[in-house]
Amino acid sequence: MKIETHMNWRYVCRLDELPVLGARVIERSDEEGGNVAVFRNDQDVVFALLDKCPHKGGPLSQGIVFGERVACPLHNWTIELKSGEAVAPDVGCTKRFPVKIESASVFIDLSTHA
Amino acid sequence: MSKPKLAVIGNGMAGIRTIEELLKLAPDKYDITVFGAEPHPNYNRILLSPVLAGEQTIKDIVLNDWDWYKDNGINLITGKKIVDIHRTKREIKAETGEIYSYDRLLVATGSNPFILPISGASLPGVISYRDIADTEAMIDAAKAYKKAIVIGGGLLGLEAANGLKLRGMDVTVVHVMPWLMERQLDERAGKLLQASLEAKGIEFKMQANTEALIPGESGRVAAIKFKSGEQIPAELVVMAVGIRPNTELAAKSGLAVSQRPGGILVNDTMQTLTDPRIYSVGECVNHRGIAYGLVAPLFEMAKVCANHLAEYGIGRYVGSVTSTKLKVTGVDLFSAGNFQGDADTEDITLSDPIGGVYKRLVIKGNKLVGACLYGDTVDGSWYFKLLREGKDIAEIRDQLMFGESNIGDVGHEGNTRAASMKDTDEVCGCNGVCKGAITKAIKEKGLFTLDEVKKHTKAASSCGSCTGLVEQILMFTAGGDYSATPKMKPMCGCTDHTHQEARDAIKANKLLSVPDVMKFLNWRTPNGCSSCRPALNYYLLSTWPKDYIDDPQSRFINERAHANIQKDGTFSVIPRMWGGETTADELRRIANAVDKYKIPTVKVTGGQRIDLLGVKKEDLPSVWKDIGMPSGHAYAKALRTVKTCVGSEWCRFGTQDSTQMGKDLERAFWRMYAPHKVKFAVSGCPRNCAEAGIKDVGVIGVDSGWELYVAGNGGIKTEVAQFFVKVKTSEEVLEYTGAFMQLYREEGWYLERTVHYVSRVGLDYVKKKVLDDAANRKALWERLQFALDGEPDPWFEFAKARVDTRQFIPIKPIAPAGAIAAE
Repeated sequence: MKIETHMNWRYVCRLDELPVLGARVIERSDEEGGNVAVFRNDQDVVFALLDKCPHKGGPLSQGIVFGERVACPLHNWTIELKSGEAVAPDVGCTKRFPVKIESASVFIDLSTHA
Repeated sequence: MSKPKLAVIGNGMAGIRTIEELLKLAPDKYDITVFGAEPHPNYNRILLSPVLAGEQTIKDIVLNDWDWYKDNGINLITGKKIVDIHRTKREIKAETGEIYSYDRLLVATGSNPFILPISGASLPGVISYRDIADTEAMIDAAKAYKKAIVIGGGLLGLEAANGLKLRGMDVTVVHVMPWLMERQLDERAGKLLQASLEAKGIEFKMQANTEALIPGESGRVAAIKFKSGEQIPAELVVMAVGIRPNTELAAKSGLAVSQRPGGILVNDTMQTLTDPRIYSVGECVNHRGIAYGLVAPLFEMAKVCANHLAEYGIGRYVGSVTSTKLKVTGVDLFSAGNFQGDADTEDITLSDPIGGVYKRLVIKGNKLVGACLYGDTVDGSWYFKLLREGKDIAEIRDQLMFGESNIGDVGHEGNTRAASMKDTDEVCGCNGVCKGAITKAIKEKGLFTLDEVKKHTKAASSCGSCTGLVEQILMFTAGGDYSATPKMKPMCGCTDHTHQEARDAIKANKLLSVPDVMKFLNWRTPNGCSSCRPALNYYLLSTWPKDYIDDPQSRFINERAHANIQKDGTFSVIPRMWGGETTADELRRIANAVDKYKIPTVKVTGGQRIDLLGVKKEDLPSVWKDIGMPSGHAYAKALRTVKTCVGSEWCRFGTQDSTQMGKDLERAFWRMYAPHKVKFAVSGCPRNCAEAGIKDVGVIGVDSGWELYVAGNGGIKTEVAQFFVKVKTSEEVLEYTGAFMQLYREEGWYLERTVHYVSRVGLDYVKKKVLDDAANRKALWERLQFALDGEPDPWFEFAKARVDTRQFIPIKPIAPAGAIAAE
């Protein structure tokens, strides 16, 4: 587990504290880089993105989650949860953060941007 | 494992479009080889006319350049004619003898120009008008010769004539029928068109039967001879008398081919009837007896074919309604549907020969079935839309001729003529998209459909009031025709089912959850998208009240957080004020909350309520609690406000107690979810200070009772509500309003306002269900009361309203002790 030691994992919450096909917000000040959205889909896969749509900065955490995507609540851009990339033809990308699930607990590394 | 081989015979628009669609769905499924007879990559054949006219170059009309084939790993073999298909061996043979094997074969051989069987048809100087080589031959001929004859007064012939004229030739169009473009225009429009082309210097010879083409001394064509015996000199003859599906190869290989009108017979999945491994799309096809010669149907076929090749197996092609527009600069004509009319149709016509305007609308029953416009085609796309969707036009019949702008339109400075707009003029007022941005995207990205333009530019993707303009720009920029399959618009990209089909399935099969509906209707995505999930959730909720368990994750954030999201991610709170009345105590609580939660903006709304803007999400529950007023549902597809005037209580003109009526209505209907937002208003006299004329239900008090108006709208398109019924008592107001609302709730499509619902089904239908059938009215009203009985206030009854309160609590991550120890 060499790679693990380079990671700065922090505990977020239990998996069941995230709504299925939904998200919750990790609050961070602008100086810390802004809020982070933690998503859970119906396959219990967890994703973390900066809570800012590449379009006009809409809070992605508030969007509708489907498959491995989220629709921004402001202007309905669709963002890939895995990569943070906007779905074509829209162009843009939002930062993503490493997440992992261990014994039903969700961990995030906020120090690095994947 | 090697990939199955897909061979495509034909490197034209239909074949390549199919490959493009296939690559989108299953990029790595096949090993693809494309055979093209022409030595060019795929180009936009409909834009050959502007090339001939000197308005564009060959380079401009290339759709997929050589690199595209390379980048997508497609093996392109041009200049190679395929002469045989050996179906049992699954092999095709080229003219030069090479054999290629296939697992699936796509035949997209397009069409051939029809050559009149007359003597001299193969002389030098006699050409057809079909491809780049023909176009180049015409351009060259125009440099060396003067006298051109175009045989055929159809779309293609006239475009050829126009191009040759612009290149300096003397052009005579020879046409066998009494008027031009008889398949697209009626006689009057055809004659007007002829006059305007004559003004451009093109000559015409009508009802002329060509007998032969006569060679000169050089062997080149020198004259055209008619059956009447008359001859006129000609140095270039262009035959544009129509196209025939190119089925030579198919017929030779034993695929079933139609004799008239020709074409390879295919089923709804674009497989040939003879051999399911062989597909066919485009102009070479005969689908349900029709061979299409326009581009839009080809693209619809391409989509379906790709879908089947990708083994999705859910797409079906069910035919297209087409429209036509002539690409001759300065000539405006448009036709669609059954523009000639028949014994069962009626006409509305407008004719202004001096102004050069002629319009004919053909109506059958209460539907527009055909349109023929000359000189003013602004409303072509609107008529086409009415036609395609089979809309009931009874209500707008008397204004139909005067066009869509007459019915109300906003957001683009009143512009209705895309052709005359400057590139910098704004088309879409919602998203700030100007004409230049749209034409640029169409050209650079090769867009052909309204949906593509919407996706790429965002024009017409919000309020939609500029849709007609965008369609016009699309017509001018991408080519002359554009069409869509009638009434078959699927809910979204996740399914081919329509809103109505989803509603029907939910009801008929008592489906009780969003996943069940998706499973039952074979959704192609695991959990839908942000467009279909909210719709399905609403359909379930409205069809099975009390039985269905609401799914907040299938609702838009506003209905999940029970507040309106703002551009900065904060929310707005609008408490309910029954009938627009409030008290000192309520205002005090609101004022205190504004101070306590540092709410930046307080605004009085148009619906006689107070809007608190800029509330942080985590403060929402406390703000609701502190204010202590019910949810105003200002965020929901639900009953919003009931606007009232002061009425007979105070007003010296008031005839009825409108405030009390409004309060009664609001108490009876609040918490009512609907396909879209719903607004009521009650005025105490016909002066109508509560603006009841632009509400979903407007009630106007008169001395002898109440008048009810329905399906008004103050939004994108101001729509005046229509008189529905006059009743005597306030109980009747509730009952009739309730019945109308329940009918809308049960039958409306998601995001369809009452005005759109009523225009879809017709006011007569609504009257029949609610006014004429008293038992049905009472049943509807009872069903609504049953649905609303015990509905929770989401601001206070979180559990019952299924409000996930975890959303109001941000997470603070912590470094686990174990993690540090492990390092």
